[in-house]
Parts: sequence; structure tokens; C-alpha cells
Amino acid sequence: MIEVQHLTKRYGRFTAVDDVSFRVERGEILGFLGPNGAGKTTTMRILTGYMPATEGKAIVAGFDVFDQPIEAKRRTGYLPETPPLYHDMTVADYLSFVAKIKGVPPGERKERIRSIMVKTRIDDVASKLCSRLSKGYKQRVGLAQALIHNPDVLILDEPTAGLDPKQIIETRQLIKDLAGDHTIILSTHILPEVSQTCQRVVIISKGRVVAVDTPDNLTARLRGSETLYVQIDAGGTDALASLGRVAGVTRVVEADRRSSIVGYEVESEQGRDIRRDLARTVVTSGWGLLELRPMRMSLEEIFLSLTTEDMAHEQPVEETANA
Amino acid sequence: MRNILAIAQKELKSYFASPIAYIVIGLFALFYGYFYAVYLQVFLRDSMSMGQMGVGAQAVNVNQQMLRPVLQNVTVLLLFVLPAITMRTYAEERRSGTIELLLTSPVSDVQIVLGKFLGALALYGVMMAVTLVHNGVLYFFGHPEWKPILTSYFGLMLLGGGFLSLGLFISTLTTNQIVAYIATFSTFLMLWVISWIGSFSSGMFTDVTAYMSIIEHFDDFTKGVIDTTHVIYYLSLITFGLFLTARSVDTERWRG
Repeated sequence: MIEVQHLTKRYGRFTAVDDVSFRVERGEILGFLGPNGAGKTTTMRILTGYMPATEGKAIVAGFDVFDQPIEAKRRTGYLPETPPLYHDMTVADYLSFVAKIKGVPPGERKERIRSIMVKTRIDDVASKLCSRLSKGYKQRVGLAQALIHNPDVLILDEPTAGLDPKQIIETRQLIKDLAGDHTIILSTHILPEVSQTCQRVVIISKGRVVAVDTPDNLTARLRGSETLYVQIDAGGTDALASLGRVAGVTRVVEADRRSSIVGYEVESEQGRDIRRDLARTVVTSGWGLLELRPMRMSLEEIFLSLTTEDMAHEQPVEETANA
Repeated sequence: MRNILAIAQKELKSYFASPIAYIVIGLFALFYGYFYAVYLQVFLRDSMSMGQMGVGAQAVNVNQQMLRPVLQNVTVLLLFVLPAITMRTYAEERRSGTIELLLTSPVSDVQIVLGKFLGALALYGVMMAVTLVHNGVLYFFGHPEWKPILTSYFGLMLLGGGFLSLGLFISTLTTNQIVAYIATFSTFLMLWVISWIGSFSSGMFTDVTAYMSIIEHFDDFTKGVIDTTHVIYYLSLITFGLFLTARSVDTERWRG
């Protein structure tokens, strides 16, 4: 549905997007993740035809955004970082104007506007001026605007930014409901959002793609070795050595201690499940097994490790360039 | 065409949703009324003294001696009023980010430019409609010739169109409405007085500066003459202004 090939955007000597390639299949939600200034907005602006790329190609809904921009735009809905509202218009007037320029046929306009207002829950502010709306409503009117012509592709730039927790949950649910009918790209720097809403993630840093995968695979890939956390009541005896003798264990570290209750981090060979053996060892030793759980790297940690790793590689190159 | 009209309609609506339309039209009506009253007095005094000298009422012409000077003063008024109409067109879209909506919608740059131009021209038309009241009263009591009045309005629309297209272009260069106003006003003024510098010499320079002057082309319209030279001048000016606007928007895309 969306195909991006070797996209590059330079502003003078500054490269905002550097050789970015990825694909999004029909009905999929792709999360675009990266720190501020990583090139997320620039990539989205290229995909929506707002600005041309310096190099590379982008195909949206079967149309090249440079060669057939009007056709591509007809099939794309876009919510920019700040919802593009005309402050002196009422919500209903605004949506009616957007419906016109997005090419919704006159006969269907009224019905489209009505149903989209219900869907995004803004029907209670239809006759209010856009300038009088709260941040949450503005964001939802922005979403309604992007959906009004029932586009194949939805591009949402930080759709939950500035919303309160309840609104964030509602908006995420709305986006999830939209997938299937629409192919969605959403950008964010909030990590749980990605694991909750997206099927695939593109992590971008300094204009470059550093990883493309599902949130689960990303977590697994970065785990490297498997680590378990085990908390036992050994009644004062030292369990460290016994745990280290369990087959497959590579390393045991004491993590915390509260009188006789001790927590250990147990690392094992990759791909080997040692939970049964570990539990048996604890129980046969007569200790109390209080907790046993796998320790996963959170998306936050993955994200940080990916983006800082990248920066570490980058540093010397930049220094020579500046010198 | 549907897109152009949708944008033009939106523009016109937003003028009336903000104080701009009311201030522009209000001030214009006030000054127009003032000019009208003054020249009416001048005309009455002149025709009375002509009558006493026995020349007769036929010698005084309400078109030439009253309407023409009033309309020439209207053009001065446009110098101040029209930049206020165009100053926000693009500047405001860029400041508020709504330009992203327009540029990512399935409409071409040319359609956006034409829509905005027609919207501004429509407001200008509404403003000019105010003067129909005065001229209607004149019709009721006097006997002006309607043809020169018609050509004058035609000329005013062309002149205003030229100003508006340039104003639109200047509005694409800044996000600050005050900067847009001052730059537009200065450009208009320059186009107005450019012939002065040529009046001291002769030959090519004089001809060129006189041709460039936006006001030199207007006079014939008030006399009831539609000269294609002038019509072509104004139409080229409008096209030039709209062309620059479209180019400027496109350049802005590349720069980001």
C-alpha cells in the first residue's frame, strides 16, 4: 500500500532524511518511532505530497507522490503535528470545506460529515468555533478532517500528543478500529503507544532507519541472552552457588536482599528454557520460591540502545566533518 | 473549477468572520462618502457660477467634473485599503499550519492561487458595491451618462485585480501580516509614482516608466474609453502577480 524507496531529503547541507526505505501492507498499522528531530515529520510530509524529496521514490496507494500527486493525495488522509484548523470557522463549516477540497461528491457530503463527527466524537461541538475548542477536541477535529474522504492511507503525525490519558486511550482505540479499512502510519515518541497500537515499527534516528520489525521481535532480538528473575527465601543459606550449578545457567547475580528473602538475576544460554530446572533446584533445596519471571528489555530500553548505539557510531564521523 | 470556487468561498467567508472585511469596507465607505460630498459641493458651486455667467447648464458635465475626480481619489484609497485585504491570505495559512491542509489536498497550486485571488476580488467587489448607493442617488436627481461610469468600474476592477495579485505574492513571502501590509503598500506606492522619475527626461526612459505606472493606465477608463493597451497592461500585471504567487508557493515546498 505504501512503498518508500531510498528516500532522501536535504536542506542545503543538512540531511533530514537519509536513504529511508520501508513498506506498509494494506490494513497494517506502522509505528514511526524516533526522538524529536529524527526526520519523522519530514518523511510524512514527503509521503503526503507536502514537499518533494531530494532523492528516492514514494508510492502511496499505487501512485507515485511526485509523478501523480493529485491521485495520491485523493487517497491519503493526513493529520499534521498541529491540527490544520481554520480558527474563524465552526467545526461543521470546516469539515464541509475540507470535504469539498478533498473531492467528496456533493450528494454524500452531509452524510459523510455527520458520520465522521459521530465516529470521532465531535458531534457535540459541531457549531463551535475551532478556536474555542480544547486541545483534545482540536486533535479529534484534525482526525475527522483526515478521515472525511475515506482515504486508503492515513498518515498521523503524533496523533495523541497533548491529550489527557483518557483521550489517549480513546484515540488509540479509534486508530485500531480504523486499521483494516485503512492503512495507517503513525509517528510518536511515546513507546508504549507503539507496542499497543502498531503491528510493525520503524525506528528512525538522525534521518536513518535503524530497525524495522514487530514490537515483539524487536524485544526478542535485543534480549540477546535470556534473563530470569528469581526471588527465594533461602532462610539465610547462600543460594548463589546452587543456582549457578543448574544446567544452562551462565551467570547469577544477586539483585536485591531483604533479610532472608533474596532476589537473583539468572542469565542462561539463548533459546534454552531453564525455568523448570531452576524451580526444581529451589524446591528440592527446601527453599521457598516466591517469584520467578522472565526479565524483558522494555521497548524504552531497546529504543535507547538502538538510538544511542547509532549516535556512538556517528560521533567520530561528525567530528572529522566539522574539523 | 469546483476546487477554485470552494477556496474562494472559504476566503470570502473568513474575511467576514474576522474584523478585516468590516474595517476595510467601513473605512472605504466613510472616505468615499466624504470625497463624494466634497466634490458634490465643488460641482454645485461651479455649475452655479457657470449659470450666472450665462454659459448654461449644458457646459457642466457631471461625469467629467464630479465623478471623475471622485474615482481618481478612490484609487488613492485603494493604495491603503487593498494591502489589508491580501496581507493575511498566505501569511495566516502558513502561521497557523493550515497551508499543510491545502498543500496535501488533491488540489493544484494554481487552483489554490486562483481561489484565493477570486476570494480577495470578491471582497473588493463587495467594497465597490457600496459606491452604487451614491451613484444611484445621483441617477435619481441628476442625469449622468451611464457608459463612462460602467467603464470606470471596469477599470477599477482591473486596477484592483493588479494590486491584489501582487499583494497575494507578497503575502507568500512572510508569516507576519504587518510585514506583508507594509511591503505590499510600499510596492503599490512605488508602482504609482514610478512615472515621476521619468518625467524629467525624455525618450525611452520616460515611456517605459510611464507604461509601468499603474495609475497612468486608469485615466482613460474614467473618460469612458476602453483602450486595449490598458486592458492588456492590467491583465498582464494580474497574470504576473499570480504567476509569482504560484512560483513562490512551489519554492516554499522545496525549501520546506
